Amino acid sequence: MVDLSGHSAEDRQFEPEHISQRNARYGVILFTVYLILYAIFVLLNTFWPEVMDAVPFAGLNLSILYGFGLIAMALVLALVYSWLCRGVNRTAEASGMLSSKATGKDGSV
Amino acid sequence: MIQQTSILAIVVFGIFVAITLGLSFYLGSKTRSAHSYFAAGGQIHWFVNGVAFAGDYLSAASFLGICGMIAFYGYDGFLYSIGYLAGWVVALFVVAEPLRRLGKYTFADALDAKFHSRGIKLAAAISTLVVSIFYLIPQMVGAGALIQPLLQLPHWVGVVLVGAVVTTIVMTAGMASTTYVQFLKGGLLVLFSFILTVLILQRGFVVDDRPEAMQSQTVAKTTKGETLINGLPKGSKEGQGKLRPVGHISELPNGAKETGPLGPIEFFQVFRNSTVVLWKNSTTTTEDGSKVTTYAPSATPGSAILRPGQSPMFQGIRGNSLAPKIDFLSLMLALFCGTASLPHILIRYYTVKDEAAARKSTVVGIATIGFFYVLTLYIGLGAMTSGALDLTDTNMAAPLLARSVGELLFAMISAIAFTTVLGTVSGLIVAASGAVVHDLLTSFMQIKLNDHEKVRLGKFTAVAVGVIAMVLGILFQKMNVSFLVGWAFSVAASANLPSLVMRLFWKGTTRQGITAAVFVGMISSLAWILVSGESFSKIYGLKPEDAWVPFSQPGIVTIPLGFIVLIAVSLATRGRMESDKVD
Repeated sequence: MVDLSGHSAEDRQFEPEHISQRNARYGVILFTVYLILYAIFVLLNTFWPEVMDAVPFAGLNLSILYGFGLIAMALVLALVYSWLCRGVNRTAEASGMLSSKATGKDGSV
Repeated sequence: MIQQTSILAIVVFGIFVAITLGLSFYLGSKTRSAHSYFAAGGQIHWFVNGVAFAGDYLSAASFLGICGMIAFYGYDGFLYSIGYLAGWVVALFVVAEPLRRLGKYTFADALDAKFHSRGIKLAAAISTLVVSIFYLIPQMVGAGALIQPLLQLPHWVGVVLVGAVVTTIVMTAGMASTTYVQFLKGGLLVLFSFILTVLILQRGFVVDDRPEAMQSQTVAKTTKGETLINGLPKGSKEGQGKLRPVGHISELPNGAKETGPLGPIEFFQVFRNSTVVLWKNSTTTTEDGSKVTTYAPSATPGSAILRPGQSPMFQGIRGNSLAPKIDFLSLMLALFCGTASLPHILIRYYTVKDEAAARKSTVVGIATIGFFYVLTLYIGLGAMTSGALDLTDTNMAAPLLARSVGELLFAMISAIAFTTVLGTVSGLIVAASGAVVHDLLTSFMQIKLNDHEKVRLGKFTAVAVGVIAMVLGILFQKMNVSFLVGWAFSVAASANLPSLVMRLFWKGTTRQGITAAVFVGMISSLAWILVSGESFSKIYGLKPEDAWVPFSQPGIVTIPLGFIVLIAVSLATRGRMESDKVD
């Protein structure tokens, strides 16, 4: 059971429902993109590992390029998501839908 | 030399412990309420929380285990890095914000929000405790294993030392002190791994063409209990034998003898076109009953080391049999799904104030952890060619690589490896203590506790879990337990992920569905593991071929099973109580 007693309301003030739903939609889309990239990588390694020996460019083989690519892609998608959600929240804040307490002290949301 | 190093490592470790304990007592003086004890009052800055994610997540298994695996087998170790990081994508895009919104102390809060079900709390608490214990054992054993070569102290001293320090950290200020310890550890680990990588690149590669570098080595254990190294009694005095440190390049491109400083891409280009000496071991029993392990050098093209399927663990992906391939798929699925299901990671979301902070701290976490995992490949391959590897201890690859660069760096990396255990164990103890006090006592058993009592019981539970961890760390000393972390991922993913995801995305989810999915996911994955080939060979000492299941990693069966059970039970019970549904 969620304990609501004995605490101020500050940690209960979150983004409005429609904002969190929109964030969730962005999340699912970006998650699907990454899932596809990861699944291709894992399936290649499992069933066609010799493909990973290919050297597409820069004298680096596909296993190194794809592996580093997946790590870099996680960060890129995370930043894209962060940027998408920030834009949404600013709009919400401007239209007064977001409470001041849900806004970060540093001005960002 | 070793003695000097030990003193330096002790001093560095001592300074770190003094800082963390000082900070803990300072924060402890401010910790009054249950919310501040279990969730740091929800007031941690998102950046601190993001780096603390790294400190929480990058356990000894990541730092020592992955670097060691890369150092001995090459690219296969890096597959773990990729899988461990990919899991954070699930955490950010699917779990982070709803979890922060729905819960307060434990991840059971998020599952149970709107249901108020004792069954869900019980199921989630048990799964938290099971996963935390699986995760704790290798950390504590790792602490003991580290202290032997580093500080020349017995195993149990390392376990008790870490246990005592961690318990003090958690007891003083709970999640607040835990967070700052993890922040410091995460920051230091990434910083010094980066320094180590820069020094590896600066040093470049050097050919070792001495004939003795290619000589086989033997370790014989006689029936009288003696250990003979290369035919001589074990020891470092004259007339005694000890294993030669190994790992070198036998041939560089164009017949060069050394490369000089290398760029980060050039490092792999040169490595690919070089020949590297790997070591393969085989054990035989002689006529007089002695067990002889022979380590033989094997010159291997760099291009073969930088591809998947070279290690004993994953070599099956290059064969024709289907079972090892499914096993590999299953592991990569468990790593992907496991991160966002680990209780000690999930509770970190309650330490920030809102969803935006949860989101931003995850992005910082992904950047920090991703950067570290990139470095693991440089550190692992650097160790592989450093001439500093200990053939009998894969886990020491990173510290020994640091020693080949300089004694101060060795002391720093060793102390950081040790504090790596501190950070992760403290997170696990907070998670276990929250599950006991908040989920089991308050919610399931419905014992009425005021804020002060919750904190006191939380501290008491932290001590109890700390003691249990120490006992298990000593009991499991002789076992190679690094595979337990993989188990923890499989059990966490099977038990927790189906419920977390369906709770968020399917309105038809009922409380009975969640409770059943957590129990079925947990029990089926545990049962699968216990009758798998890995358990047969590593725990029971039986033939892995006799195992009851065709492959060892359960995830590919038990994660979908968790989803199916949740959907089936929810459909069967949805008419019963309309109010049970997620609104």
